[in-house]
Amino acid sequence: MNLVDLTIADARRMLQQGETTAVELLEAVVDRASLTEADLHAYLTIDHDGAARAARQADERRAAGDDDPLLGIPVAVKDNMTTIGVPTTASSKVLDGYLPPYDATVVKRLKAAGAVIVGKTNLDEFAMGSSTENSAYGPTRNPYDSSRVPGGSSGGSAAAVAAGSALGSYGSDTGGSIRQPAAFCGLVGMKPTYGLVSRYGLIAFASSLDQIGPFGRTVDDAALLLDAVSGHDPRDATSYSGETPKVADADGGAGGLRVGVVRELSSQGIDDSVADAFSRTVDRLSDAGANVVEVSVPAADLALSAYYLIAPAECSANLARFDGVRYGLRVEGDTVESMMSATRSDGFGPEVTRRVLLGTYALSAGYYDAFYGQAQRVRTMIIREFESAYGRADVLVSPTTPTTAFEFGAKTADPLSMYMSDVCTIPSNLAGHPSASVPIGVDEQGLPIGFQIMAPALEERLLFRVMRAVEAVAEPVPRPTFAEVAT
Amino acid sequence: MPIDIDIAHVAQLARIALGPDEEELYRSQLGVILDHAARVQAADTDGVPPTAHPLPMVNAFREDIVRPGLSHSDALHQAPDAHDGYFRVPPALDVE
Repeated sequence: MNLVDLTIADARRMLQQGETTAVELLEAVVDRASLTEADLHAYLTIDHDGAARAARQADERRAAGDDDPLLGIPVAVKDNMTTIGVPTTASSKVLDGYLPPYDATVVKRLKAAGAVIVGKTNLDEFAMGSSTENSAYGPTRNPYDSSRVPGGSSGGSAAAVAAGSALGSYGSDTGGSIRQPAAFCGLVGMKPTYGLVSRYGLIAFASSLDQIGPFGRTVDDAALLLDAVSGHDPRDATSYSGETPKVADADGGAGGLRVGVVRELSSQGIDDSVADAFSRTVDRLSDAGANVVEVSVPAADLALSAYYLIAPAECSANLARFDGVRYGLRVEGDTVESMMSATRSDGFGPEVTRRVLLGTYALSAGYYDAFYGQAQRVRTMIIREFESAYGRADVLVSPTTPTTAFEFGAKTADPLSMYMSDVCTIPSNLAGHPSASVPIGVDEQGLPIGFQIMAPALEERLLFRVMRAVEAVAEPVPRPTFAEVAT
Repeated sequence: MPIDIDIAHVAQLARIALGPDEEELYRSQLGVILDHAARVQAADTDGVPPTAHPLPMVNAFREDIVRPGLSHSDALHQAPDAHDGYFRVPPALDVE
């Protein structure tokens, strides 16, 4: 078995027993990247020197008796999280060559845990997109079928773990940007409760929705990755300051659980292959002892529309900082205003431009209450309906996405059709609740299918218990194969 | 409800220079998205308060301890143009 195919849990056992080293694990994933990157383009930057140094230090720490769960594990980080001295672009031309002077809190915690950060992964520019086609540095391809997208916006983080050029990774999820690519790439992807993981150093897209979370090949791996970075951070004023739910040992099976199938997210517009795999999994949960009920969240139908007012409004404010003054691209102009307008025109790609314009319009004088204010009231309605649904069910479930991975260019001409691919994942962001995608099988073309589980705020332990129960009854999702692998 | 967007004004507010073709493209695309958003406007939200933040947290204080911030040189290190310890920009002329 190639080391790159190990789960983090197994790699950790081998490290503990002296059967491998952090240096060997890093060499294995870098070798895999050199085989797959020309086609997949999961990474924007591979930090060869920094990763080699971290791997040597991890082996030294282990020799000195340290056994942190991620010590020596090669992981990848989405390129919208800052890393001292390593380029951080958010896939935007406006940040080409930017070298941050500080580490994001997540990066700082990974380094302290002894994880080996292999590099920075590709994304839709500023995390705006659902296919990773919006990267200024070219798209990422799906390891299961390189004519298809890996999903997005965290497509690079998903593709790297699926391909074996990292054992685990981190993405950010504003409307589904972890769960949707996890579903498309056969991985476990998880968005924590808003505030559970610090956003300090995460380049902001929509501040009331953004959350960082993990990608793993198993629920156990996702749990280790989450526990390593969750918890209060005084540098993020929206960071949750109560007790952090740790999930490594959250288990208990499906017996006695009330599982609510959300009608509005599970029927209309879902492809047959996805809907069938979803129903089979629900039936197996029932066989395993869960009580399955159908619940209705009528306002979920409005979630997508509310999201596409709230997220662009917040992004238009957040992206005002990219003005050619303090860092990043500058296109010269005669006046400061013409310099800024030319810089932003050249620096932002079409999707970012579209959302900044949309948000600027929605927040402009005379429209604020009709658009942003109204969307925030609809957001309250969605939260109330979810709270009422959680009176009837412990967790809510739906397919993660209406389809499996789609082909390149299939949705680029019609922004609204691209937005629709997030229809099942957006409600959890609006509610601030934790939510995850677990792979449950493949369609007739061998493309992975994801099963979404949603839980009330801060109920991460319940969520991970159900994720493990779903994983236990799921159909197998084979690892992608790469023709020229010869080790 | 067709929405008439003064796209040139919006672009000026957003400080993004657009060519005529781009103006037309974004005007029509924003129209489609805002048509979809009209469903939100039709929702009955009488008496429903807005949610700005999903978890009810206010006044996140930290200990009032002096800590070092970014050094002057680190803060200026990535500037496209700096002079004498300041960011430098073209003149902010009033063009009216």
